[in-house]
Amino acid sequence: MLLVTKKFHNKSEFEFMKLFAARNDSFLSADANVELSTDKSGSSARKEPSGPRHASSFTPSPAAMQPTSLEQVQATAEPNPLKTCENLSTNCVMFLSSLGDGMNAYVAYKVSTRTSLPMFRSKVFSVRRRFSDFLGLYEKLSVKQSLHGCIIPPPPEKSVVGMTKVKVGMDDPSSVEFVERRRAALERYLQRVVSHPSLLQDPDVREFLEREDLPRAVNTQALSGAGFLKMINKASDAVNKMTIKMNESDTWFEDKFQEVENEEQQLRKLHVVVDSLVNHRKELCGNTAVFAKSLAMLGNSEDNTALSRALSQLAEVEDKMEQLHQEQAASDFFIFAELLGDYIRLLGAVRGCFDQRMRAWQRWQEAQSTLQKKREAEAKLLWANKPDKLQQAKEEITEWEARVTQYERDFDRIGMTVRKEVLRFEKEKAKDFKSQIIKYLEAMLQSQQRLIKFWEAFLPEAKAIA
Amino acid sequence: MMQEGLDDGPDFLSEEDRGSTLPNFKQNEFSVVRQHEEFIWLHDSFVENEEYAGYIIPPAPPRPDFDASREKLQKLGEGEGSMTKEEFTKMKQELEAEYLAIFKKTVAMHEVFLCRVAAHPVLRKDLNFHVFLEYNQDLSVRGKNKKEKLEDFFKNVVKSADGVLVAGVKDVDDFFEHEKTFLLEYHNRVKDASAKSDRMIRSHKNAADDINRIASSLYTLGTQDSTDLCKFFLKVSELFEKTRKIEARIAADEDLKLADLLKYYLRESQAAKDLLYRRSRALVDYENANKALDKARAKNRDVLQAETSQQLCCHKFEKISESAKQELIDFKTRRVAAFRKNLVELAELELKHAKGNLQLLQGCLGILKGNT
Repeated sequence: MLLVTKKFHNKSEFEFMKLFAARNDSFLSADANVELSTDKSGSSARKEPSGPRHASSFTPSPAAMQPTSLEQVQATAEPNPLKTCENLSTNCVMFLSSLGDGMNAYVAYKVSTRTSLPMFRSKVFSVRRRFSDFLGLYEKLSVKQSLHGCIIPPPPEKSVVGMTKVKVGMDDPSSVEFVERRRAALERYLQRVVSHPSLLQDPDVREFLEREDLPRAVNTQALSGAGFLKMINKASDAVNKMTIKMNESDTWFEDKFQEVENEEQQLRKLHVVVDSLVNHRKELCGNTAVFAKSLAMLGNSEDNTALSRALSQLAEVEDKMEQLHQEQAASDFFIFAELLGDYIRLLGAVRGCFDQRMRAWQRWQEAQSTLQKKREAEAKLLWANKPDKLQQAKEEITEWEARVTQYERDFDRIGMTVRKEVLRFEKEKAKDFKSQIIKYLEAMLQSQQRLIKFWEAFLPEAKAIA
Repeated sequence: MMQEGLDDGPDFLSEEDRGSTLPNFKQNEFSVVRQHEEFIWLHDSFVENEEYAGYIIPPAPPRPDFDASREKLQKLGEGEGSMTKEEFTKMKQELEAEYLAIFKKTVAMHEVFLCRVAAHPVLRKDLNFHVFLEYNQDLSVRGKNKKEKLEDFFKNVVKSADGVLVAGVKDVDDFFEHEKTFLLEYHNRVKDASAKSDRMIRSHKNAADDINRIASSLYTLGTQDSTDLCKFFLKVSELFEKTRKIEARIAADEDLKLADLLKYYLRESQAAKDLLYRRSRALVDYENANKALDKARAKNRDVLQAETSQQLCCHKFEKISESAKQELIDFKTRRVAAFRKNLVELAELELKHAKGNLQLLQGCLGILKGNT
């Protein structure tokens, strides 16, 4: 929940934010709560892989696989204790200004969790986190998990411009919008992380949710929006540079990858248009407000009384339309545009896990070729009759045989994980899109209903002109 | 009644007058083809006619402006390579519809001008007007050449300078004093409102265009596969396709009922101001004639001449004042009636469209929620 109490220069931008913040709940999920559960719908659809499970520390125990009650994660922006504000309540936020200069300031977000899972220390708790903490979590997860073919939800992007304005403490309505946008994006990010059954088990995730003082994440420069893309593309480059082309026994991977690429492209196009719509709606909003004032002035100078009154009424209707346009623009942005933005990034992450699979394959192939070389070396030694070197060669061969087996298993396992992940992702995506778009349409519907009321009220006024 | 005739140039308008009740016409039904310049010629002939100095001359219809549409069409042609065939066809149809809408609007405005003239008890008898309606060949009205346009320009400059002068003088007659104050303020505010309504409607059109592109994009997404989600996208695309047609219609109706109304009264209030100006000029002439008469009497020279001149000026001024009063009262009545009609129609159309949108949304949401 975010309610900002700073003064705004531009009334309409403030209204835009206030009314959006007030309707936060309905916009983001059923009740602004992220569900954190290990299983729920997941297990019924998922088939347990028959192969060996990866031996890592976060293998979910059977007990945890039972459907549990819902856990809720809420991200809110929090007041900084260093700076007091008159109306300090749990919903009040102020921008932090530290002892240093303005550029060291940062916004603290309050992450509240409610759970019944036994692995957490308590049932309800909250911590304060800053943006770089979220990036740090992502980095930790990527390093560990991507090797296994998981789709790691990417965090929202860094924005130097946006944050600078906020730090400089500008009473800028657009910086308010920026903070709210970021808060909502971080909440969605966390929600995706905790609704992923494997990621939830990761101790880094638990630490992020629970630990009071989190050590500051460093080197998060790489995780700006551009940095994230760079990472993905680096992996793709590595794949493209592979000399041995993969022989796909199963075209599923190839086809799916193509699908993902196409979809990403389409979503990008759509995003551009939705952005344009947001801007035009904001423009319409401004122009309507200006027109309403002008109409009111005209009404004042009109000397026929009934017409004068009708014109003033019309000016009021236009004023109300401005309000509607503003809400519609907020809806366009926070529901539709952000949804698209999220999925463009997520599809990038999906591509990433396909690339990881390719790398695993590459590793396996390289190990096989190394093994082959070792065997050839052994044969040469046999022929040259050098017994001591021969022993070492045999040991190396054994070592590499084991590695080849391991890498082959890894590759198979990663393939299975990728398949599983992609299917889960597609289900989530379908659910997400449907629910968000329905919300969007419902907001539109409410707009129309109010519009009808405005004009129905005006019509008799117009008819009364004599 | 006017019909549009599309020819090479969009400024060709054909006009038809059926069963005219005006007594002086030779036939009962006739139709002629007139260009925009010929309308302007007719208007200017009224303005230049001293006899009509005491009337509000119906404002000339605005020049048809297809520049914006032409530009868009050109851009569309340039961007043809970057969009799918469906998108291109759709946008082309959009543009053609827009072109047609502007055309219809232009025709309507020319029609309004002629109707105003025909409704005026004195102007309808004007000979030029009859020629305009009847003469079934080209009027050979040449547009003003550069020199004449320059003359017009300076005349207007002088007029506005004079206008300022005259406005400063308080009128003895309360009615005219009130009208002067009222018209000056009203004209400025209508001008402001007109410009701002245009901007608002433009934004509305832009938003509708965006929704169109969103519909296309969703359609593409929906045709990638036959999953549930794709079917969902197709349904939503269909919805947006329909709602954006409604949004475009709303913008067009607002344009017609509100923006055009304001534009028209911008021009009419200017014409009314022009009338007041002419009356003030006549008053100044009258006062000067009085002074001249006094001087002549004092010198006892050319008294008869001065007397005649003074009487003419007096007569002219009184004639103008009398008809101006009636004209200004009629102006008010017309204005109130026009606003009433247009505002009522605007409200009714807005309601109709909002209800249409609502129905579409309810229908679509019913289906979408039912399936999930």
